[in-house]
Amino acid sequence: MAHFEKANSLNEWLDQRIGLNTLKKVMQSEYWIPKDINFLWAMGMVLAATFGILLVSGIFLLMYYNPSTDLAFDSVNYTIMTEVGYGWLWRHIHGVGASLVFLIIYIHMFTGIYYGSYKKGRELIWISGMLLFVLFSAEAFSGYMLPWGQMSYWAGMVITNLFSGGSLHADGLVEWIRGDYVPAQAYLSRFFMLHVLLMPLAIIGAIVFHFGTLRLPHVNNQEGKEVDFEESARLWKEGKRAESEVIPFSPVFLSKDVFVMGVYFIMFFYLVFYHFEFAMDPVNFDPANGLSTPTHIYPEWYFLWSYEILRPFPTDPGLIAFAFAQVIFFTLPFLDRSPNVAPANKRGAFHIWFWAMLADMLVLTFMGKLPPQGIWSTIGLVAAITFFVLWIALPIITKLEKKL
Amino acid sequence: MSSRRDFMGMALGGFTALGGIGALMAMKKTWDPLPSVKAAGFTTIDLKDAQENVLVTEKWRGKPIFVLKQSKEMVEKAKKAKEMDRLIKIEDAHYMVAVGLCTHLGCIPGYDAANESFLCACHGGMYDGTAMVTKAPPPRGLDVPPFKIDGTKLVLGEQGPEYKKMLADGTTLPV
Amino acid sequence: MNKELKILGIVAAFTLVLYWGVEPFAHSQMHKHVEGHNFVYDGTADIEEASKDKKEAKKKFWSEVKEIAKLKGDATAGEATFGMCAGCHMDGAANMGGVTPPSLEHAGAIYDKNFLIALIKDPAMATNVDHKYPNGTMTHPMGSISSMVSAPQDIANVVAYLKAKKAGEVTSKEAFKEACGRCHANRYGKLTQLGEIPKTKSNIKTGQDVDKIKYDQKVAEEQNALADYLGKLPPDLSIIYRARSEHFLETFIENPQAQLKGTAMPRTGLNEEGYEKVMEYLAQTGDPSAPARAMAGPWVLGFFFLFTILAYLWKQSQWRDLH
Repeated sequence: MAHFEKANSLNEWLDQRIGLNTLKKVMQSEYWIPKDINFLWAMGMVLAATFGILLVSGIFLLMYYNPSTDLAFDSVNYTIMTEVGYGWLWRHIHGVGASLVFLIIYIHMFTGIYYGSYKKGRELIWISGMLLFVLFSAEAFSGYMLPWGQMSYWAGMVITNLFSGGSLHADGLVEWIRGDYVPAQAYLSRFFMLHVLLMPLAIIGAIVFHFGTLRLPHVNNQEGKEVDFEESARLWKEGKRAESEVIPFSPVFLSKDVFVMGVYFIMFFYLVFYHFEFAMDPVNFDPANGLSTPTHIYPEWYFLWSYEILRPFPTDPGLIAFAFAQVIFFTLPFLDRSPNVAPANKRGAFHIWFWAMLADMLVLTFMGKLPPQGIWSTIGLVAAITFFVLWIALPIITKLEKKL
Repeated sequence: MSSRRDFMGMALGGFTALGGIGALMAMKKTWDPLPSVKAAGFTTIDLKDAQENVLVTEKWRGKPIFVLKQSKEMVEKAKKAKEMDRLIKIEDAHYMVAVGLCTHLGCIPGYDAANESFLCACHGGMYDGTAMVTKAPPPRGLDVPPFKIDGTKLVLGEQGPEYKKMLADGTTLPV
Repeated sequence: MNKELKILGIVAAFTLVLYWGVEPFAHSQMHKHVEGHNFVYDGTADIEEASKDKKEAKKKFWSEVKEIAKLKGDATAGEATFGMCAGCHMDGAANMGGVTPPSLEHAGAIYDKNFLIALIKDPAMATNVDHKYPNGTMTHPMGSISSMVSAPQDIANVVAYLKAKKAGEVTSKEAFKEACGRCHANRYGKLTQLGEIPKTKSNIKTGQDVDKIKYDQKVAEEQNALADYLGKLPPDLSIIYRARSEHFLETFIENPQAQLKGTAMPRTGLNEEGYEKVMEYLAQTGDPSAPARAMAGPWVLGFFFLFTILAYLWKQSQWRDLH
């Protein structure tokens, strides 16, 4: 065993045993962040905070939620909403949080795309981030099953049917996923397990990995400039705060993060108390009924764009298109052939590509919720095709991009 | 580092802790028993059909409740042992009403009518016909649940004057 | 700083457009627009939506209703005539032809006068479900009324009596029970089609609650009768308040056919006061946290406003000498 001196303070005692000071340096006081950033760089911490809120509110919902097809609906809508002290608060926070976490994820993603934060050296940041997106999607979907309302049931029915693989007719696979011919008790129990245990564990692991991928390449900055971190750190430690190009994560960067979080929380709790309907679809306040499909069914807003990519095509091409849309964002670091790390507005054709992609996904999202009829179908089809054209064009336009 | 910088950080930290306390209070309320559980904490038992020295078991707040109508001999015995305070008088009859959980560690004692005595199988504690302890380890007789007399009925969960008196003179501890 | 505000502007604009697209716009396209009629029951909507062969009959019916409404009703004479109604509309009434006749204890307070006149004249026409009775109103559970009370003056008298004597103060729960409760349960309000769920106790030795089992059976039989009569079991209304928009509920209650063509649900004929009472009850069972939200909301938001100001000051102090 190693030799231990007598410690003179709790800090020293802990330092001897778990290297507290080194830990603080690595994670906080000497974790260098470039100074040239804007509030979009706070989205990571905003996401972490939202995840924390979802975790805490989820714990309290879990205390009275009952994962049985007979009791689930009333345990949520009666017990939690009427009887449990502040049960309604946890539920509204959980519902609004689930919606907002995706808003922030999308902002975080498009920030990365705009500033080229997935380029050489940062590929794993992007890929682990996309992994988190997929895990959060699974978490959101499994959670949506739990109130066992009409939308829960029919979303469960439709989404699990996707795994039949169209004309492959892999019905056995669908039944295996459900544990029954239709979404029923076995299905609800296993999605409950996924939602409260397996997915959160995977998400926590992926978050740690995502942070890890960030440590060596460091976060990007507004101009995509290559910062000499060692030199800048030396200047900072000498007290030349203005000359240094970097700031420590804590407390300087954190102070801005916390301010942004404050603004975000004002919006968050305004929605929780006064405008929660958008996150809690009325249709899901009808109990699940396997013999009657609601007139309009649609996923939550954050899945609409990929749902719309599936919808305008016949079954098989639709499924292929859907699968393509799910994975294509993972490949961004390799499809972007330009070595330039710079904001999109300095990258010529890519600038157009960025806004076109954003606008296209917005159109897809709108169309995904509208009834698939008449003009809406046509617009949806055009937007879905545009989505593919943009991805095919990406390697070409970035290959042609001038080196900055 | 200027002191103002530290001051603002501390002020923010302190204010956040205040919010944390508020959140903890909400969480405490979430952890409270539900109103429906509390509302279900009332049970009415009718004593008019009770027979002397036959133990009746009822349920109140999930716990067994012992009701034992006392025979003349039992009342005499209680008088001798100065345990009349433990009995509830309704019309001309005396009843022992108690939570049927041993005051030692909460097992249910069994009744032996021949000897007018309770025996707790877990650790050998014994009680007499008024549920007063006669053999350790239980520290005291069986506790009396809050009750209110309503004709020949007993409403468990409500506190009538007779129960309040028992509480005040130390005949029972609050349940 | 300016640059950050510009970026914030862009992010906020995209977010708002996104919200507009998936919420107000999408819902405006998804739902049929139905005009409300402010709880005036003069048959306008019925005549408009009626098929050609029925238009004339409906016009005639509602103009006759209008004529009767002009008559001066005699409440005292009406009380005697009302005896015929009370034979079915009484406490502990039994199911008749699919549905249990509702209590009329507060009929004068919660139902519209024109509607009551129309209802006595021809229940199927008044409730706008005549499509279900192609062989005439006599097959309607209340159809026999036309053989008992048919003279215009008699109708006016009964309605005058209801308006005068059956119009006391009504609670929101009573309004729900009388107007909706015979077909719709509200389990969060502890109501079945048979009224309040009685308190029962299980046997301590067997754990069985025989009284509850008996009651449940009675409810199940009542529900079967309703489902046979109406084609399906009318939904429990515990949280319909959150499952449908207020506009939908208002127009649906006024005229169910306008929102759901061909539905078996009869018009209930609630007047504005009755509607508000019923909605109050639906809000109580469907959205019970509203008062708590109103109480806690300002505190939580106030906390985060202050939090943000303090965080801003902290950030300023940290970033002051960086440039």
